[in-house]
Amino acid sequence: MNNDQIRSDLGKARGLGSAHHGTGHWMHQKFTALANIPLVIWFVYSMVSLIGATYIEYTAWLASPVNAILMILLVLSTFYHAVLGTQVMFEDYIANKGFRLIKIVGLKLFFTAFAVASIFSILKVAFTS
Amino acid sequence: MSETETQKTHSRPLSPHLQVYRLPVPALLSISHRASGMVLTLGAILLTAILVSAATGEEQFNIFMNFAKTPLGIIILFGWSAALFYHLCSGIRHLMMDIGFWIKERSIGEGIAFVIVGTILLTASTWYYAYAYKMSAEQAVTQEAGNE
Repeated sequence: MNNDQIRSDLGKARGLGSAHHGTGHWMHQKFTALANIPLVIWFVYSMVSLIGATYIEYTAWLASPVNAILMILLVLSTFYHAVLGTQVMFEDYIANKGFRLIKIVGLKLFFTAFAVASIFSILKVAFTS
Repeated sequence: MSETETQKTHSRPLSPHLQVYRLPVPALLSISHRASGMVLTLGAILLTAILVSAATGEEQFNIFMNFAKTPLGIIILFGWSAALFYHLCSGIRHLMMDIGFWIKERSIGEGIAFVIVGTILLTASTWYYAYAYKMSAEQAVTQEAGNE
């Protein structure tokens, strides 16, 4: 009996492609996109309401648990989304395979560093002000 | 016979070259989605810089806050917000297309209208409220100064 008949479309698509993880990449792009919708709306709303605030008011806002947690989630979700998107652009537009690999590895290392720096900064403000 | 041969040579399909090919609207939206994504990736780096400055101290944080008030700072913030809202609306359209909406020729226009109208409305209302908040904040400062 043909095994393909009882497999779902998603089951068949998983692991396809030369690197065998293209579907996972695509799904992570979509999951983070979904998470980003409420997070960026909250972020823009907060930034607009903080117009004219002083340093003490900004840090007090960031020190509130809800804001600190949402900010960390925003950084994780948007940065991961940015890495996935930029990786696709490098794969599409950089023809030289060696240079492309260097760019993608560099992108991932730098964005890991940016995410760690951002989260550390949020936590420092949250715990000290 | 020679006539048909010339005709054949002339009617060969040409591959569309980007500089002479007028992109259809869905293709324009698609490339703009990538371009705005690149702008937002730079914005993510700027966000990291601002967060680190907030953790470093008031002096460092105020460098960013004072720059945000200059004309160049406002242009960057406006571009950042427009790119964000465009990418948000276009991204929602992509998610809708993933679940089968706005993809047929009959409904493709709805998705395009959603992206364009949504981007303009969100960007305009954000800057309207930003201006209103700025005005009320300045009023509060002058009132405080008056009370002293």
